[in-house]
Amino acid sequence: MIVDLPRFVAAERAYWDELHAVLAKLEADPEGRLPLSEIERLHYLYERCSSDLSRMDAFATEPPLRAFLESLVSRTYSVIHETRAPVKIRWKSAVQAFPRAFRRHLGAFRLAVGVTLLGCAFGWFALHVDPRNKAFLLPFPGLQVSPSERVAHEESAGAAKEDRLKGVKATFAAELMTHNTQVTVLALAMGVTFGAGTLILLFYNGVILGAVAADYIVGGQGVFLAGWLLPHGSIEIPAILLGGQAGFVLAGALIGWGDRTPRVARLRAVAADLVAIVSGAGVMLIWAGIVEAFVSQYHQPVIPYSLKIAFGLCELAALSFFLGWVGRE
Amino acid sequence: MSHGAAASLIIETPEGVEFSYALASPVTRALAWLLDAAAIVLLSQGAGRVCEWLGSVNRDWAAAIQAILYFAISVGYGIALEWRWHGQTLGKRVLGLRVVDAQGLRLRLSQVVLRNLLRLVDMLPIAYLVGGVASACSRNCQRLGDLAAGTIVAREPSLAAPDLEQIAPARYNSLLAHPHLAARLRSRVSPEAVSIAVRAVTRRDAFDPMARIELFQELAAYFQSLASFPDAVREGLTGEQYVLSVLRVIYRWGGPPGLPS
Repeated sequence: MIVDLPRFVAAERAYWDELHAVLAKLEADPEGRLPLSEIERLHYLYERCSSDLSRMDAFATEPPLRAFLESLVSRTYSVIHETRAPVKIRWKSAVQAFPRAFRRHLGAFRLAVGVTLLGCAFGWFALHVDPRNKAFLLPFPGLQVSPSERVAHEESAGAAKEDRLKGVKATFAAELMTHNTQVTVLALAMGVTFGAGTLILLFYNGVILGAVAADYIVGGQGVFLAGWLLPHGSIEIPAILLGGQAGFVLAGALIGWGDRTPRVARLRAVAADLVAIVSGAGVMLIWAGIVEAFVSQYHQPVIPYSLKIAFGLCELAALSFFLGWVGRE
Repeated sequence: MSHGAAASLIIETPEGVEFSYALASPVTRALAWLLDAAAIVLLSQGAGRVCEWLGSVNRDWAAAIQAILYFAISVGYGIALEWRWHGQTLGKRVLGLRVVDAQGLRLRLSQVVLRNLLRLVDMLPIAYLVGGVASACSRNCQRLGDLAAGTIVAREPSLAAPDLEQIAPARYNSLLAHPHLAARLRSRVSPEAVSIAVRAVTRRDAFDPMARIELFQELAAYFQSLASFPDAVREGLTGEQYVLSVLRVIYRWGGPPGLPS
């Protein structure tokens, strides 16, 4: 117990001030490195300040002083016990972090693909069983007309050199980017519902994709569909699947099947991967938005379908290479 | 790590020392969010003005930049400020709140990004209803984004020392004539009671006269129950004067030490 508080404060004050100054320096420059002698001194000051805080417990009348010591101890604790390296954005490691995080959670990606394919099958089946379901499955004005009518309209507009996106291409691209990024982030965020929200969102996306595919392929417009969707879809659809992957990873960390580590530790372990995956997906969606506005909406004869399909396949191959091989050790 | 009774998160270090974070209430957090929402609206309006000006050069690109800026501001505001200001946004700074790691470690960029991205769910269906319910049900007042990121929102401790020369000016103190009772009082009194007494003395002029007399009588009775000074000492002292003498005993060296700013 502290018998004489003023004397105690007078004796310890210099150490508290010294620790306060070291912490201020470290907080101003989180990447700064202290020499060994200063690390030893920091540890000594931390132990001394911790001891003072313990002694303050016996002297209950000093909330401000106790709060000050608690603040010093908590700040030093976070500095001393933090084992993770400070964040420094290096482009090479930032680029490699994305595919590495993707590969660490391949199971979650497979699940996202599986749920989307299931939705596709449902959408295809629902449209195949009763074509009138198109009104409910594809409630978008551009998809309500028959595929052959749309193809004829698009190709004739191309032949007449009409550009219906003239003067709004950049706006259209920006709207696509922001909307698709919101959907991807939502797929991640819905993971917090133990994956149920992510599952519903991916399934619904799959239903729309399946219904569109059924409509155009059964209608004999498979080539148009590939030429229309592949240039942007080969990046956009995987990006949304990556959002779903992140959502399932989050859900897995929350549920923790067969994992005895505490939930906080599980979430801490995947946090950086989730951010890497969603950031990567966000960059992909910027590209997809540009391609959708500037390439996908132009059909034969403006851009031959074969060229658009080849472009989409090249993008898909490049993406597969990037996610599968970049950053391998 | 444990949860204190008075809405605080207590962390025990490997050295066996405990420190605590006072958790921010959902109401304070909602007020901070309102300030942040206002800041986001102002920033968006500023971006809109710039884009209007750009529209005279190219309307399409101006509209595209505006759409992207709106999105970037609404998503990036919290991320950028919480990272730059070590867990604080404008609203949190005004209301004295800070996002901290739930284990007392250094706040990471991934945690800041995650808790802000998960706002999309916390905001559902309207006005942060999901986040508010989660926060009210959570032991550590965490919304879903905080749970996933392993963060809490804590109240910043006020490190300002009370001005004791104003609240308990140095003068003859009859209680100090009984040092053993004064020592007993110091050892038994709780920080909460001292804090209440200090606040009562600082705000005494704003009280209704009758309420002021009653409050100080109650406080005086409480302090007397901790250390029973002889009647002769209390003779002629009002409840308020007795409480002032008690505070002078507690802060006997003339006030708590000045703390670094």
